Amino acid sequence: METKDELITVIRPITRWEVLNVKQILAFRDLLLALGIRDIKLRYRQTLLGIAWVVLQPLITSVIFGFVFGEIAKLKAPNGLPYFLFSYAGMLGWNVFAGTITKSAGSLVQNSALVSKVYFPKTIVPLSSMFSTFVDFGVALAMFFILLPIFGVGITLPILLTPIWVLLLLMAALGLGLYCSALMVTYRDVQYILPVAVTFLLYASPVPYALDMVPEKLQWIIAANPLTGVLEGMRWSLLGTSAPNPLALTYSVVMILCTFVLGALLFGRAERRFADVI
Amino acid sequence: MSSSELAIQAKNVAKSYRIIHEEKATTLGESLVQKVRRGKTRSVAETFWALKDINLEIKKGEVVGIIGRNGAGKSTLLKLLSRITAPTTGEITIRGRVGSLLEVGTGFHPELTGRENVYLNGAILGMSRKEIDDRFDAIVDFSGVEQFLDTPVKRYSSGMYIRLAFAVAAHLEPEIMIVDEVLAVGDAEFQKKCLQKMQDVATSGRTVLFVSHNMASIATLCKRVILLDKGTIRAYGPTEEIIDQYSSMVESEAIDLSDYKRRVGTGDVRFSEASPVKPVFDVGEDKVFRLRIDRHRPNTGEFKIMIGVHSDWGGCTVCWIESSFDQLLFDTSSSMTVDVSLRNLWLKPGKYSMLAFAKFGDDLMDAANPACRFEVNDLFPYKQPAVDTTELYGLVVCPFEFKVVESA
Repeated sequence: METKDELITVIRPITRWEVLNVKQILAFRDLLLALGIRDIKLRYRQTLLGIAWVVLQPLITSVIFGFVFGEIAKLKAPNGLPYFLFSYAGMLGWNVFAGTITKSAGSLVQNSALVSKVYFPKTIVPLSSMFSTFVDFGVALAMFFILLPIFGVGITLPILLTPIWVLLLLMAALGLGLYCSALMVTYRDVQYILPVAVTFLLYASPVPYALDMVPEKLQWIIAANPLTGVLEGMRWSLLGTSAPNPLALTYSVVMILCTFVLGALLFGRAERRFADVI
Repeated sequence: MSSSELAIQAKNVAKSYRIIHEEKATTLGESLVQKVRRGKTRSVAETFWALKDINLEIKKGEVVGIIGRNGAGKSTLLKLLSRITAPTTGEITIRGRVGSLLEVGTGFHPELTGRENVYLNGAILGMSRKEIDDRFDAIVDFSGVEQFLDTPVKRYSSGMYIRLAFAVAAHLEPEIMIVDEVLAVGDAEFQKKCLQKMQDVATSGRTVLFVSHNMASIATLCKRVILLDKGTIRAYGPTEEIIDQYSSMVESEAIDLSDYKRRVGTGDVRFSEASPVKPVFDVGEDKVFRLRIDRHRPNTGEFKIMIGVHSDWGGCTVCWIESSFDQLLFDTSSSMTVDVSLRNLWLKPGKYSMLAFAKFGDDLMDAANPACRFEVNDLFPYKQPAVDTTELYGLVVCPFEFKVVESA
């Protein structure tokens, strides 16, 4: 019976602080993928328009923004860009953040049967929500590249940095999403607070406007939002608008990294209680 | 015995839950209010030890059964060993890959097809994609639902659903297998097939831990048995011995009715024995009790028997049933034995007391309070038999049907 590579597990009370246990997560990568695929498959099942919703959602939002901010409020996008395209590029980045945080925060409670009946690193559940984000982003980005020539706008070199902005937005969303999902296990209030907070953050972020369109004495409020630097960077990459201020960008990156580590840390702390509380 | 021969070794393991009576905060607001009012609240935090002093050694290749009454800690022990929840103290060492099956069909999604659910459920149970690929045909074959593989499982009959779910679980091949009561599902034929599959697993040299209320399957499958009682290991030894010990333990809870002197009533007749026909009933089956009634003084009239059922947590559960409701009276001319059947009574799992009164007109002759104790096992007679019943409010369960009569 003796095997050399015998797996020895020691189960002890919870004492240590643990940031993402990457080794554990990799060991369960098939499950991570299976849950991600499940969510993607399920999202548009029994819908009439199916996958078209992935394109329609950001398009509709941008049309509304275009009408409200472009036509009524007469906001002018910088560099003579069409306002519609300007807000669409903003929504591209924003949806990576908002989609991931919304889905990951509710994920543990939605999968409570898994949490209380099966062993696996629970981080897998909120992490798996990023797969639908990838699909959404991919489709919306493809749509963006169709829109560009229609509006007669070209691409610039900074477009190569897009993956980095996406990664940062994803980390911010997952950091907060991990924390919110763990909190929601005990306090279901989170599900009511979160949509309000996300909507609030949308208007506090340079999505329907650019940072330099904000009156100067109010700019610090928007600049305090850690997403500002990244969202501005994203639009710079996509549309060649003004590049983000390096200092603001550093602030964004540091804050996002801290959010992510803290979220993962708090999640790890709460993880083994989930089955008892959920 | 060297430790490398052991599959599972637990040292001083305990698990406690904090139960807060009243004013439990389940929303942030309540929690904040409590923080502010700390010191004034009347909430009582109580520590409940679900498991205490668990010291256990299970050798590799052993098939061990776990028995005990509801609430003895069986499920908690399985959850600790499968790492779903962490122990409060102590340490468990496990040598080998663990696969646990605490519920059949965890993570099955009604909108997904049979094929998709096999892959999803397999991944949830810890199989790699390749392992599922390799065993896919065997799984489908075992389940017998191959024609419907590409149909969403919401269109499955419940029997098909369970068969497919169990088929996935049955093809899990870890070194250590932890199985909660999951065999009591499906039709008789499928149950037989499952038991056979378990038998194969048991004889394949793998270590198996198996919880069941069904002493017959425990006796068939297990060589050794752990008897849990109130969160501790009361006994651990050869199957037959421990099952006997369990039976006598359940019986010893019976109440001695022969000592009637301290009971109220005129005493013309007295209950001398009362017992359920079996110590543990299924939720949906008839609850049958045998009463022995002794005549002590001649009395010319006829008397009625009243039966009540009290649950340990919810008080009076069944309203008093009087034999006179059915125009049935008993005469006092001789001693007798009476069987009482409570039909169509779906009691929630748990422990109960049966109360028996004898009345002559309005005069109380004897009151056995309680007359005997009995238990209802925690297997729900539904398609998904494993439900955490401690979470459920209410006293009774019932057969049910959901039918969409209109949908727009």
